[in-house]
Parts: sequence; C-alpha cells; structure tokens
Amino acid sequence: MSSVTYPRRKLTNSIMMGLCVLAAAIGIAWLALILGALLYKGIAGLSLGVFTQMTPPPGEAGGLLNAIAGSLAMSIIAMLVGTPIGILAGTFMAEYGRFSRLTVIVRFINDILLSAPSIVVGLFVYEMLVVPMGHFSAIAGSFALAVLVIPVIVRTTEDMLNLVPNALREAGTAIGAPRWIVIRSVAYRAASSGIVTGILLAIARISGETAPLLFTALNNQFWSSNLNAPMASLPVTIFQFALSPYEEWQQLAWTGALIITLTVLGLSIVARSLTGRKEDR
Amino acid sequence: MSAAGAERQDSRRERIVRQFALTDVIFREVSRLAAVVVLALLGGVALSLALGSWPALSTFGAGFLTTESWNPVTEKFGALAPIYGTLVTSAVAILLAVPIGIGIAVFLTELCPRPLRRPIGIAIELLAGIPSIIYGIWGLFVFAPFLQATLQPFVIDAFADIPVLSSLFAGPPYGIGMLTSALILTIMVLPFITSITKDVFDTVPSILKESAYGIGCTTWEVISHIVIPYTRVGIMGGVMLGLGRALGETMAVTFVIGNAHRVNASLFAPGTTISATIANEFTEADGVLYTSSLIALGLILFFITFIILALARFMLMRIDRKAGA
Repeated sequence: MSSVTYPRRKLTNSIMMGLCVLAAAIGIAWLALILGALLYKGIAGLSLGVFTQMTPPPGEAGGLLNAIAGSLAMSIIAMLVGTPIGILAGTFMAEYGRFSRLTVIVRFINDILLSAPSIVVGLFVYEMLVVPMGHFSAIAGSFALAVLVIPVIVRTTEDMLNLVPNALREAGTAIGAPRWIVIRSVAYRAASSGIVTGILLAIARISGETAPLLFTALNNQFWSSNLNAPMASLPVTIFQFALSPYEEWQQLAWTGALIITLTVLGLSIVARSLTGRKEDR
Repeated sequence: MSAAGAERQDSRRERIVRQFALTDVIFREVSRLAAVVVLALLGGVALSLALGSWPALSTFGAGFLTTESWNPVTEKFGALAPIYGTLVTSAVAILLAVPIGIGIAVFLTELCPRPLRRPIGIAIELLAGIPSIIYGIWGLFVFAPFLQATLQPFVIDAFADIPVLSSLFAGPPYGIGMLTSALILTIMVLPFITSITKDVFDTVPSILKESAYGIGCTTWEVISHIVIPYTRVGIMGGVMLGLGRALGETMAVTFVIGNAHRVNASLFAPGTTISATIANEFTEADGVLYTSSLIALGLILFFITFIILALARFMLMRIDRKAGA
C-alpha cells in the first residue's frame, strides 16, 4: 500500500467508528428520553388514590384500582395456565425428546410463536372463546395472555435444561434413580434459576400486552370479580384514556404507563440478575 | 434374614420398580403432550383465522388484496391501504434500524471499554422490554408534537422543489403519520437487531480478525471485510426477526399512524396498518362481513410474519451450525 492512501484509510476508520459511537448514543438517548418523559408526566399524577380508587367517569378524579386488579387477576390466571404447559414442553424437548424429530419441529414453531404478532393471538382467542361463549370475558383475556406466556417459558426452560451437564444426570441414573426423579431432583434443581428467569420474563411480557386483550377481556369501567364478564386491565385502560379528550383521563393514562413500565423493567432487571453472573465471565 | 422376608422384600422392590417405570411413562407422555400443545396452538391460530376470514375472502376473492376502498356502510372492503401502510412503515423502520443496530453492535464488541459493555448492552435491551403501549403514548404526546414543530416543516420546505422527494414528504405537518410510526418502529426493533448482530459477531473466530489486524487493517476494515461478510447470514436473520416484529407491532403504531384508509405517497400523511386497523375497529365492527374482513386482515398479517420469521429462523440456524462446527 502506498503511503498516500494511509491517511485516508485512517480517516475512514475514524469516521466509521465515530458513527458507531453515535449509533450507541442514539440508542441510549432514546431510552433516556422515553423514561424521562414517562417519569415527568407520570409522577405528577401518582398518589395513593391511584391505587385505592376506581377508574372515574370523564371529568372526575379517580384511580386505577379496578384496572390494576384486573391486570393482576388475568396475569395470574395466564401464568397458572401457561407455566406448567411451558415447563413440561420444555422438559420434553430437553430431556425425553432431545434427539427426536418432534423437538426440532416444536422448537421451530415455538420460535415463531415467540415473535408472532400478539394481535393475531387476540383474534384466535376471539374465534375460539368469545364467539362460542357469546360475550367478552376475563377468561378469554387470560387465555390470550397464556398463549403468549407459553413460548417464552418453553424457550427458557429448554435452553436452561440443555445447559445442565449430562454428568449430573448420569450420576443420578447411576445410583438407580428413574428418569423422572433425575429430571425433578437433578435437572430442575440445577436449572431452577434459569427457569424462574423465564417465568419472570413471561410476566414482564404479558403485563404490558394490550392488543390481545382489546377484544377478549374488553374493558370494564367498574370493579368486577366475575371471570365470565368483561374485565378492566391496565394496558387497555391506558389505551382508552390516552386517546380520550379528557385531561384527568390522560393524566391517569400517564400514571398507569409509569406503573407498567416500572413493573416490567423491575422484573426484567431481577430476571437478568438471576442469570447475569454466568454471562459475565 | 429369613427366606420369606427376602421374598417379601423382592416383591416390594419389584412393585416399586414397576411404579417408577409407570410414573416415568406418565411423565414422558404428559410432557410430550405439552410439546404437542405448542404445535396445536400455531395450528389453531392458522385454522381459526382461515375459518373466520372465509366469509370475506369468498365474497371479495383475490380483489380483497388490491382494493383500496374500506367502507363499512356499503360493506365494500379491501386490504390494499393497510397492507401498503404495514409494508411501508416496516420497510422504513428496517432501513433506519439496520445501520444503527449494526453500529451499536460494533460499538459494543470493538470500541466500548469493558466495564461499560454490560450496562450499555442492558440499556439497549431494556428498549425491547418497554411495552409497546408505552411507545404509543410517548409517540402521541411527546414525539409527534416534536416532529410536527421541528423536523416536518423543515423537511417539507427543504424538499419542496425536488421532484421525487417533494411528493414523498408532502402535505401539512400533522405530526402523526407513516413516518412517525416508522421512527417509533425503528427504536422498537433496534434491540432485536443489535442483540443478534452482537451475538453473531462473537462467533467470528479471533484468528481471522487477528490475521487481518496483523497485515495492517484498521478496525473498520476488519469489520467491513472480515466480520460482516463472515456473519452476513446471521445479520440477515436478525434483520428478518426485527422485520417480523415491526410488521406485527400493534399498539405503538395505532397511537401515531392516524388511521386513514388511503394509499398516499407522502410519508407525512396519515395511513393505517393491518394491526392498527384491527385494533381500532374490531370491537366496533358490526355485521359478519366487517368482522370477517378484519379477521382476513389478521390472516394476511399472520401469513406474512410467518414467512418472514421462518426465514429468519432458517438463517439463524445456519449460523448456529457454523458456530458449532
């Protein structure tokens, strides 16, 4: 190479590296902008009343109690339905069927479900449950959320069980333990923090989901503990309130948004710290 | 020990072994069933969408895909505007997100001081954790007014006399619209592209990079001539995964797209996407044909994302094999 091109190559390098730093700065600045706006607008409306009062009619003060309770109830049911199915499916893929064709297919399909548009899941549950039942209901909402929970848990369970050293399983088998005891007392125990991470990530995923609830659980202006009736949820309430012309509603939407974001980010940070140490190296 | 005692113990042992074997079979079959449930879910989604969209598809036929009109009063429905909006917003988002995402990955793998690597990586990944409705409310109340006041008037003025660009950036600055949606989608898919790009960058054997540095390459030359060509397939997989996300993204877009069933060349014009149309109109849709048309939109979206995501997986599987070998 002639010495003429060397300064140019160095310059190109500096420019491109500068652009890379800029890209990282853009990403971080954007996160800061969103969180900043959320804190600024959300904290203004944060008070005890938000957690103790029902969603108000337009023009009145109120809180988000029924929406928060609805979100909690539907998330809990979704987790109760989705977690066992997800863990069992992940167990099959990593333990009994590690080399079977079924596992390859399920892994492929599960990865697609993981990224599938959640609104399509809402349509599916609408066709499956809302149409036959004849009305919107919290059960349908929970089921839609469960469909979103399953792929997250399947994925992490399988990944985490695959990380368990085979020597541990062989040691269990060598002292005469049948397969299910090895899985239960050796593999699950070794992978437990990873599986818990998956569960936390799944909760984080569904606690902000709006699209699948829009036409399954619908919304409810009032307190409802009837699972067979429409139920309020935090994301759908935010959606409705944010797009309304009323200032009190918009303020509640921002406060709700702040609550959801803090919950989700808190969950993902806890989940990360559970498995983080391994990645750190 | 007496002979009878030994025999009793043997039969007890046999019973326990049988019981163990039985439990094992039950556990295996139950877990296999759970794996099949995952398959059934995807099959169920496809089947229910196909059944639900049948009334609309049988009425409008293939014309459904090419008709712009979306009129609930006369019950004439066509999917052209939502399909156009979905493809345009996602394409713009990907065009912007790919260079930024690759840039961040380069920064994280080559430039960033080691102690900062993890915190910055986590910050970028947190962008993926923020629920889409948060992007929506932020886009509507903070980002759109900002664009309306600053970027949009400037761009409209600047490009007013340039033939193609003037129609691409035409019309009054609404704030909301296709470009705003695309920009929000950009930031939403960025973490997916970044994290996969970063992962595949790590699969490049050090010896290849070291040889290049050894003959005097600059960092950028190593990235552009060694790392990116080596990981091309994996990066494409990450891009496809991001594209799949962008196509199906619902709430963020619903807030800022403007919900206009029109095909408009201007990126500043309000438009609609498949998911935004469904989210906005589904609960208000009356009549079999209206509901069914919306479900047909869902079927189209499912079909497109399925193909994109399947391609993404195939590409990522290829790079996994390469890394494993």
